[in-house]
Formats: sequence, C-alpha cells, structure tokens
Amino acid sequence: METLLGSYWFYITTILMAIGLWGMLAKRNLMKKLIGMNIFQTAIILFYITGSSKIGATVPIYDPEIGVANPALYHNPLPHVLMLTAIVVAVATSGVTLALMLMIYRRYHTLDEREIMKRMHE
Amino acid sequence: MILNHIIVLIPISLLVFSFITFLLGTVRRSLAYPTALVGSAISVACSVVGLILVLQGGPIHYYLGGWPPPIGIEYVLDYLSAFMAVLTTFIGFISIVYSRKSFAQELPHKVVPLYTITLLLLSGLCGIIVTGDLFNLYVFLEIASLTAYALLAVGEKRAPVAAFRYVIMGTVGACFYLLGVGFIYFSTGTLNMADAAKLLPAIYDSRAIIAAAVFIVIGIGLKMALFPMHSWLPDAYTYAPSAVISLIAPLMTKVFAYVLIRMLISVFLPEYLSDVIPATLVIGWLAAAGIVIMSIMAIAQDDFRRMLAYSSLAQICYVALGIGLANPLGLIGGMLHILNHAFMKGCLFQVAGAIRYRTGLTSISKFNGLGKKMRWTMGSFGIAALSMIGIPPACGFFSKWYLMLGSIDAGNWVFVGVIALSSLLNAVYFFKIIEKVFFAQPDDDIVENAAEPPKEMLVPIVIMAVAIIALGLVNVYIVTNILEPVVNHVFN
Repeated sequence: METLLGSYWFYITTILMAIGLWGMLAKRNLMKKLIGMNIFQTAIILFYITGSSKIGATVPIYDPEIGVANPALYHNPLPHVLMLTAIVVAVATSGVTLALMLMIYRRYHTLDEREIMKRMHE
Repeated sequence: MILNHIIVLIPISLLVFSFITFLLGTVRRSLAYPTALVGSAISVACSVVGLILVLQGGPIHYYLGGWPPPIGIEYVLDYLSAFMAVLTTFIGFISIVYSRKSFAQELPHKVVPLYTITLLLLSGLCGIIVTGDLFNLYVFLEIASLTAYALLAVGEKRAPVAAFRYVIMGTVGACFYLLGVGFIYFSTGTLNMADAAKLLPAIYDSRAIIAAAVFIVIGIGLKMALFPMHSWLPDAYTYAPSAVISLIAPLMTKVFAYVLIRMLISVFLPEYLSDVIPATLVIGWLAAAGIVIMSIMAIAQDDFRRMLAYSSLAQICYVALGIGLANPLGLIGGMLHILNHAFMKGCLFQVAGAIRYRTGLTSISKFNGLGKKMRWTMGSFGIAALSMIGIPPACGFFSKWYLMLGSIDAGNWVFVGVIALSSLLNAVYFFKIIEKVFFAQPDDDIVENAAEPPKEMLVPIVIMAVAIIALGLVNVYIVTNILEPVVNHVFN
C-alpha cells in the first residue's frame, strides 16, 4: 500500500500512456489517432517531469538562503530541459501529421480509416 | 586543426547545406541540385577522413562545447560508427546523383524542398551514428523520422495514407525509446552511453533497467521494422517516389539496426541482454521467423517495388539474427550485412526506379524481355540479385557465411537451416524475374520501345553493382580491420 501511494504519479502516467496507445491503435478516425498520439507523448513528458521533482524542494535557481550545500533542496533541472526538446519534437510531429491528414482529406474527403480503405480500392 | 572537429562536421555539413540548399533554391530552382550535391560530397569527405583517422589512431571522442562527459554531450567515432558514417554518406551521395532525372520527371515542382529534406534526413542519420549520448540520439532519431515521413508522403496517390501509418508506428517506437532512456536516466543519473555502460552492471537486478531494456528494444524494433512490427513498411516503400526510396530503403532500417547494435554493445552490454534477460534470444527467433515468412511474402508479390520491400524486411531480419546470436561471428555477420544489404537494396531500388522512368512499368509480369533493351541496368540487377541469393564473389554471400558460422558457433542448427532455406527462397523470387527479363521475348510495345535510362541514373546503378562485387572481394579487409576490433572490444 505504501509503495502504491508513494508512487501514485507513476500510475497516472501509465494510465495516460495506455489511453494514448489505445487511441492510436484502436480508433478509426485519423484525428482521434493524432489526439491519442499527443496524449501518449504528454504522458512521457509527465513521466520525466514527475521523476525530476522532490518533496520539499524549490525551483532550481540559486537562492542565497538555501545555498548549494544540499542539492536535494532543488528540483532536478535536466529532465525539464530534455522535455522542452521533447515538446518541440511533439509539436513538429503533430505538424507533419496534420499536413498528411490534410493531403488525405483532400484526396478522399474523409478521415475515417475504413472509409479511406474503401475509396482507395475503388 | 579542422581534423579535431571532423566528427561534428559530418552531421553539421549536411545540416548547414540543407539550409543553403533551401535559400539558393528559392532564388533559382536549378541551384538546389548542385548545392545538395556539394553538401553531401563534403560529408562523404569528412566521414572518409574520419574513418582513416580511426583506422590509424583508434576511436576519436569529441566533447560538444568543450564540456567533458558525463555532463556534456559526447560524439564518438569508433570503428563501427566511422564505418557506418562512410556507408550512410556514400549511399546518400549516390542517391542524390541518381535523384535529379527521377525528380525532374516525377515531382518537378517540389525539387527544392525535396533536396532540403533529403539533406536533413542524411544529417539526422549521421547524427544517430556519431552521437554518444542517449538523449541526443533521440533528437537525431526524430529528425531522421520526421523528414522520412515527409519524403515518403509525396509519392503516389496512396502515399499519404501509408505515411500516416508510418507516423503512428514510428512515433510509438520513438516514444518507447524515450521512455526507456527515462528509466536509465532515473536509475543511473547519466545520459552518456559509456558512462551508463559503467554504471548499469551494478543495478542489473533492478526492475527499472529491465523495463528500460524492453522499451528500448521494442521501440527500436518498431523503427527498424523487425518482424512482426513491420506492418507500416511495405505500403510506405511501394508508393514513395523512386529516388526517395532508393535513399530510404538502404539507409533507414539499417541505421536503426545500428542503434540496436549500439545498445547491445555500448549501453547494456551483451551479458545483460543475453544472460540476465533473454532479449537477444527473442530477437533472434523473431528474426528467424521473419526471414522465412517475409521471403515467402516476397515471392507472392507482383509489384516489383513491393517485392523489394518484403525482401528488405527479410534482409533486415538477417541483421537482427546476427544481433540475436550475440556472439562475435554472428555480430560480424550482422554488421557486414548492414553494409552489403545497403548496396544491394540501393542498387535494386535504383533499377526499379530506372525501369519506371523509361517504361512506367512496376508489375513484374510485364517485364518480359526487358534485359535486351536495358542491358546495363538489368545486368546490374542481375549482379545484385545474385548477391541477394548469396552467390560468391558477390558480397551477399560473405555476410550470410559469417551468420552461418555464428549460428554453428552458438550450436543453433535451426538458424543454419533458416539461412540456407532463405537463400533458396531468394533464388525463387529473383530467378523468376531474371528468367522473364533475360530469356523471355518482349511481348509489349512498351518494352519494345524501352531504352537505357539517362547516364545520370545509369552511372549510380553501375557503381552500386561494381561495389557489390568489390565489397565481396575486399570483405576480408573490412572484417579484420574494422569489424573485428568492434567485437574484440566487446567480447574479450
């Protein structure tokens, strides 16, 4: 029980990841697939951010009152920086995907996967 | 002075030239091609110099911004990455030479963005190869993937749908890799590969590391289209523009196979992935199943490019088989097959593009008598096909030979049988085409009017075919000087 409550954020990110994966693989509408993809990426970003935080710590900016003797009093800044890059990547991926969806929509006039398959083989 | 920076120049020259290509291309469209050619020629020169330096003085380490690892980002040019960098930039250069006429026919209005993105893709692939940092690898992996999605999507009518599937599967793969890196980072506090390799053995029992290994192997497996995670590949390869596919098919999946090898030899180390958790065992058996099933699928195809796509899937499984064996000979076979297959598949896809350029044909059943009209092109096809089957002195024989030796070394006779069987299956689907092309009479006006492709397309094809024979002849040199140091370092 202790470990279950002690790492509750971990379960939340896992559930989010599962929702995202389900959206990407099981939904038929391409837009819903994209939304699933975004949820999945966000879950991983949250995983990094929660992993970097510490209880009782403050923002990682030098504070003369705290000093540098005990690094446990600051959050770990590195995962935040990594995730800034990951956010940029996620935005770029969404952009490319939206452009692809635009091309698909112009050709088949639908975003429903089954409908597209049907029109592709006509 | 500049030699100190040679590692970073390999991806950076491509990156800079992709912007220059775009700028000059917007001024005049005809400038895009020569600029792209110059950029990729510079990267070939840099990587060749890098390989020579590594062969003379051992691995080179470069600290970005002067920050030593584990704090800063490290680029490493060791035997394996120098070898891969030369391979990638060279195939990139050849494909860019080849692409001019093909783009001019298929996509004349999109030449500038196509060359810009092609250079960006090559830059991403070179970055994956030279980086020694786990997160930096993710960034380059996404650069390479995003550009590949864009390039694959501009093809035929069905291409965007195929590319969309690739985006979904590719993003899952990249995210799994990122998640695995997260587990490693929170367990060890480092993102540097060499540093992680030092810290990981102490916590091999940790469940977080098992999760990291599983996520990374599955993520990279998706990216390299390892059977059974390959469903995105055949459509994406079939509908892409010919020049694009003759660049992406030889490189993309191979570079991700390289990432898997890198994870095996430089991050987790073989004793973890083969002894503590049975990851290599799973990879090996999946690869063995993939080789047989994908070869049978290739026989059933009528579209030439689709057949080559399935054959690519079978061939990437050879590399995975070498990784799965996780012994020195198997790993040498796998790495040698990356090189050989890049040239074979590059040549075959270029031939497919040339046939399409001259005749518009993609269906194998209409290839009757094409060999009489396109002698040099189809002659090169013959060499590549014989190499795929594994007939010496073509290079395809030697990597299969090392894989066989590795399987015998591991005492795994099933794998020996699979490699032999797959050579037979390869023979079935390539002799089917060879027979049609060389021995059947032309029965079609299109074939009657066919001619050799223009020199700009023919020369790269012939260079690739000559390289297939040449690589077969010099393979002993490559194995003893480049690949053996890699495995000796890992397995001593």
